[in-house]
Amino acid sequence: MINSIWFVVLAFMLAGYAVLDGFDLGVGIVHFGIGRDDRERGTLIDAIGPVWNGNEVWLLAAGGAMFAAFPRLYASSFSGFYLALMLVLWLLLLRGLGIEFRHQVDNPLWRHAWDVVFAVSSALLALLFGVALANVLRGVPLDETGEFRGTFTVMLNPFAILGGILSVGVLALHGALWIALKTEGDVHERARQFARALWFVAVALLVAIVAASFVVRPDFTRHFMERPWLSIVPLVAIAGAAMIRVYLKRNDDLRAFLACGVLIAGTIASVAAGLYPFLLPGRPESDNAGLTIYNAASPENSLRIALGVYLFGMTLVIVYMVNVYRIWRGKVTSVYH
Amino acid sequence: MTDAAIVARWQFAFTIMFHYLFPVLTIGLGVLIAVLKTVELRTRNAEYGRAARFWARIFAITFATGVVTGIPMEFQFGTNWARFSHFAGPVVGQTLFMEGVFAFFAESSFLGVLLFGERRVGPRLHWLAAVMVAVGALLSGYFIVATNAWMQHPVAYRVVEGRAEMTSLWGMLSNPYVRWQYPHVISGAMIVGSAVMAGIGAFYLLAHRHEAAGRVFVRVGVISGLLFSVTSLLPTGSFQGENVARYQPAKMAAMEGLFETQPRAGIAIIGMPDTERKELMDPIVVPGMLSYLIYGDFRAVVVGLNDIPVDQHPPIEIVYYAYHIMAGLGTIFIALFALAAFLLWRGHLFASRGMLWGLMLVMPFPYIANHAGWIVAEEGRQPWVVYGVQRTADAYSLNVSAGMTWFTLLGFMGLYTLVALLYLFLFARIVNRGPEGGEEHEPLGSIGTGAAVADARP
Repeated sequence: MINSIWFVVLAFMLAGYAVLDGFDLGVGIVHFGIGRDDRERGTLIDAIGPVWNGNEVWLLAAGGAMFAAFPRLYASSFSGFYLALMLVLWLLLLRGLGIEFRHQVDNPLWRHAWDVVFAVSSALLALLFGVALANVLRGVPLDETGEFRGTFTVMLNPFAILGGILSVGVLALHGALWIALKTEGDVHERARQFARALWFVAVALLVAIVAASFVVRPDFTRHFMERPWLSIVPLVAIAGAAMIRVYLKRNDDLRAFLACGVLIAGTIASVAAGLYPFLLPGRPESDNAGLTIYNAASPENSLRIALGVYLFGMTLVIVYMVNVYRIWRGKVTSVYH
Repeated sequence: MTDAAIVARWQFAFTIMFHYLFPVLTIGLGVLIAVLKTVELRTRNAEYGRAARFWARIFAITFATGVVTGIPMEFQFGTNWARFSHFAGPVVGQTLFMEGVFAFFAESSFLGVLLFGERRVGPRLHWLAAVMVAVGALLSGYFIVATNAWMQHPVAYRVVEGRAEMTSLWGMLSNPYVRWQYPHVISGAMIVGSAVMAGIGAFYLLAHRHEAAGRVFVRVGVISGLLFSVTSLLPTGSFQGENVARYQPAKMAAMEGLFETQPRAGIAIIGMPDTERKELMDPIVVPGMLSYLIYGDFRAVVVGLNDIPVDQHPPIEIVYYAYHIMAGLGTIFIALFALAAFLLWRGHLFASRGMLWGLMLVMPFPYIANHAGWIVAEEGRQPWVVYGVQRTADAYSLNVSAGMTWFTLLGFMGLYTLVALLYLFLFARIVNRGPEGGEEHEPLGSIGTGAAVADARP
């Protein structure tokens, strides 16, 4: 029971990260598309400036939760995806510097250089996160001790690449919707146009990945047949996708953005629901069926202590997050005048 | 030890030492900014508010650099130390996770308010934000040091099926080892913050620029520098030494270069350990002091390295020299800040150019002392990763080869060189512009280039 609760906690943390830092990454992906000149790009950075760091902390907290609750998953997946993960760490570093160092020097070349760093590292991060999630869904070649070597030849299979492109498309939509919510004038109009176009891209990619996952993971269907009530998770995601379109038509920026959050969280929850009780499934041909919430977990006593800590900690986190977003609510221009 | 283990150790050592250059400053500065804001709130002296805004700008770039170099630390346990993570994750995962939910969220959300929100939230809430940023940094340090303390002296756990299981969270958080290690670490970080503040102030006074602000910086930096260079020795340093002697006798013997088990063991002021002839070359020893410091008795017997199995020896020379660098610098800091504080009290400090030169040039040395202290802690723990329980040679990832780690180590070195250059460049720019550039409502952080702000400027 406690193992299942931790599975839900981990999925929640990852979904939280994807929804929150997802729009920061999304802003990076459309940074040069929507921000046409230096000042406009400055506005886009302002739109995420005070919140991006708190959003990124969700990734650290998710990593911490994994370390505490499923140490074997933490050890096996991070050492297995070694090079890819190191690439993610370096890109996270560059993305952070792009946001924080850009404004430090009042020189167009300096700012342009950081704009490029920010945009490229955000897009690559979105791609790598998508590739990683798709590989988890597809399964990895685990040996009998539950370890693997995730070389790029293993990781860059067609399904994973499709997952990566999907992630770039959906997060770009998410970022454009955030920009539409936070800005005014030309930038705002352009963000809406981008969002409308990106919606079709995102939906087409979603359809493609769902179709592909029937091929890659046929057992998923059985999973959902056995527990029909779980089907509500993908249905919520689909509803989110549809509502984005509806709210975009009504020019309701806030609800369109929230609907996109539902789509992203719903997609990750669907993957989690399909995988349960597996955390990192092995490929069908590998020696190991995979790491599950039982064989990868900490002893029960540790799990129980960590859950208490988690519930107390998350209550605080929710208070902080609500406060931060309340203080920085409103359009960017009105925020600083 | 295999190549893979050695490269993994170099990578961890390089990335953690580079990373810690930044938190060691933000811990100290965070507290000092909160002090400046408190003085401002109570005395309505605008000079202190201006000083707080200036240091918040330094804090912002330091914090950002600390964050981006800190993320790899959270994940490196899994990438390069998979067997350690598998063994110790149920215990050390807890504290790392607690750092995330209790400290990072508080720090990052209140930092936004401290940097950009002065006009939006009013003076009291802005003061609260400064205090919360300091609290967040101190808490963050606590969870990290508690994690390290468990690796130095594992408590509140039992081994079940080859893995550590936590038996009591409180037991781990109140580890007797952390009770003095944590204050000692914080005290060291406070010296860094104080020395940097006093050093920049001394630079302004020597260069005859921003002299009003320079006097505030020197005053606050010298007073807090004296306070914390004393507390680094007494009580925190001396009790931490007792802890080491009690729980890690091999580390203590290596720190003092003590080969023979002996009564009336002394502390070596200088000397070079010769590990082949097993003696300290050309030593100057204060006899009986080590026995007294550990046991409160000048005649007590202290165990030397010759009576500790060789497969449990740490690398003796590194530990010995790092310890002596830390302790020697610590003594110099006490003398320097005491003299500066005396001149401040007599009212001569701001005119005493020699003393100001000393304060300015001392700036890098507290960093060296802090890092040397951590080298003692970590190298002195070898050959164990969890003291007495898991060896470093049994802790690294088997599925990551030496070649892969070499690749990423070189990558980190290149990337961090760039980060270091950028940080120093931006630090120098902020210092060069000085505190007077910061008008009350000028945004301090990433809002600076936004169209909104560009419009607001004349």
